[in-house]
Amino acid sequence: MPAATPKFLVRALNLHYGEHHALKNVEMDIAPKSVTAFIGPSGCGKSTFLRCLNRMNDFILGCRVEGEIKLDGMDIYAASTDVIALRRKVGMVFQRPNPFPSSIWENVAYGPRLHGIRNKTVLQEIVESSLKGAALWEEVQDKLHTPALALSGGQQQRLCIARAIAVEPEVLLMDEPTSALDPLGTARIEELVRELKERYTVVIVTHNMQQAARISDMTCFFLMGETIEMGPTQEIFTSPQDRRTEDYITGRFG
Amino acid sequence: MKTTRRSNGSAHASQGAGTLPEVRAGRVVKDKLVTALLWCTMGGIVLLLGGILTFLSARGAGVLSWDFFLEPPREAMTQGGVYPAIVGTFQLILVSMAFAFPMGVATAVYLVEYARDDFFTRTVRLAIRSLAGVPSVVFGLFGLSFFAVFLGFGPCLLSAGLTLGCLALPIMVGAAESALRSVPQDYRDASYAMGATRWQTIYKVVLPAAFPSILTGGILSVGRVAGETAPIIFTGAAFYAPHVARSLFQEVMALPYHILVLATAGTNIEMTRPIQYGTVLVLLIIVLGTTLIGILWRARLRLKNVR
Repeated sequence: MPAATPKFLVRALNLHYGEHHALKNVEMDIAPKSVTAFIGPSGCGKSTFLRCLNRMNDFILGCRVEGEIKLDGMDIYAASTDVIALRRKVGMVFQRPNPFPSSIWENVAYGPRLHGIRNKTVLQEIVESSLKGAALWEEVQDKLHTPALALSGGQQQRLCIARAIAVEPEVLLMDEPTSALDPLGTARIEELVRELKERYTVVIVTHNMQQAARISDMTCFFLMGETIEMGPTQEIFTSPQDRRTEDYITGRFG
Repeated sequence: MKTTRRSNGSAHASQGAGTLPEVRAGRVVKDKLVTALLWCTMGGIVLLLGGILTFLSARGAGVLSWDFFLEPPREAMTQGGVYPAIVGTFQLILVSMAFAFPMGVATAVYLVEYARDDFFTRTVRLAIRSLAGVPSVVFGLFGLSFFAVFLGFGPCLLSAGLTLGCLALPIMVGAAESALRSVPQDYRDASYAMGATRWQTIYKVVLPAAFPSILTGGILSVGRVAGETAPIIFTGAAFYAPHVARSLFQEVMALPYHILVLATAGTNIEMTRPIQYGTVLVLLIIVLGTTLIGILWRARLRLKNVR
């Protein structure tokens, strides 16, 4: 466990979808500039929890959140929280690549423009540095003004990462970012995640345990809305403390 | 069951006769019959449309000339052209769309992006759907009593245009609503996740993505508006106006009403008949032409985002 103060501090978090108790008493510290992986079977609440971290669950009708999530010591569910500012700090990459149906350039410039940057030169610099940061610049520098949807799936996903980092977030949430990609695209994203943690705190949900083992520093195992076990990835995969964790990572269920 | 794959397969084959009957010739014949039937209906529709167009062209093409497009009617409508009616039709389309397009899109944005599924929204939806089923003459009477009399516009381009706009509104709302709904939630999520507000997301992501489909609604509305007679008779269509309307408060001639006039109110029906066919042909050309331009524009927009 890194000694630094945690980026996220989660205490007694409970989430209900109407009658359904989806997250039960989740407690967690997430270290800055590290990769934290959430693993667990489908429907265990890992994606739901991820979406709590930038309040993307706000849109879901009948979704209630109790407890505390602190980002750098500030309660993000407090009434005074500016959700817009929160989401700018905590970016997100989704399961299916979802570039907008416009050009590559427009996609990356979208976020900075939202936040009031109009100057073309400045935008161009942001587009370039974001695409470089997402390891996509080399491939697209000659066709920035062509439609993003003409890119391959893996390139689209890296474009989404570029788009997310263009607003200079501190945290990147990734919700199974490689589940719609081929092995080659997956490998490039994994490589990129390892680079991203130099600058960002990365939290990644994955169905692929090898992926969690390859790229994360910390791993948390979710089961039926509870966090069963969390620890350094190496320890989780080599000597899990809980029998359910062991059963899951050895493929006995899930 | 512990059988090898091969013996399993043969067991299936011998079982097949017992549980599932063999494919009979009758089923294949029926399939072909239905295909032929569907093909015939499709062919019938194309023939019907082609027939109408050929018939009209044969009767009406004779009177078409530059003068016909550029001159007002003369000699109790037995001579001259339909210039004021062509311009009037376009003016009516413009006024009605200037009202129905933004109103329709705004209503749809509210229904899809803001409203919750409660009693109020369901009532609004029901009202819009019912509005689509109201006969056009009722819109005409409403337009007369509301725009022309109550608001005091009198019978004019504005009253008639707004009445047509009301008629087009439910089509616009319906088209825009389904267009907005078909925008993937993924786009909205991506936008919100970057710290966009709801309005920024709608304005910069959802509306542009839905625009080609919304345009389809606009095209359909224009076709409908251009061809309507009943809503404009009482609200602003002129029996005869030698000049084009220069303001919103003047009466206009319109092709559909002009056709009605030529067919029923002329002093010499036999003499106006060729002009009548010509006018119908012009109206069809305008409606089909607008539709074609709309379709091409939409196709261009769609391609731009993919290639």
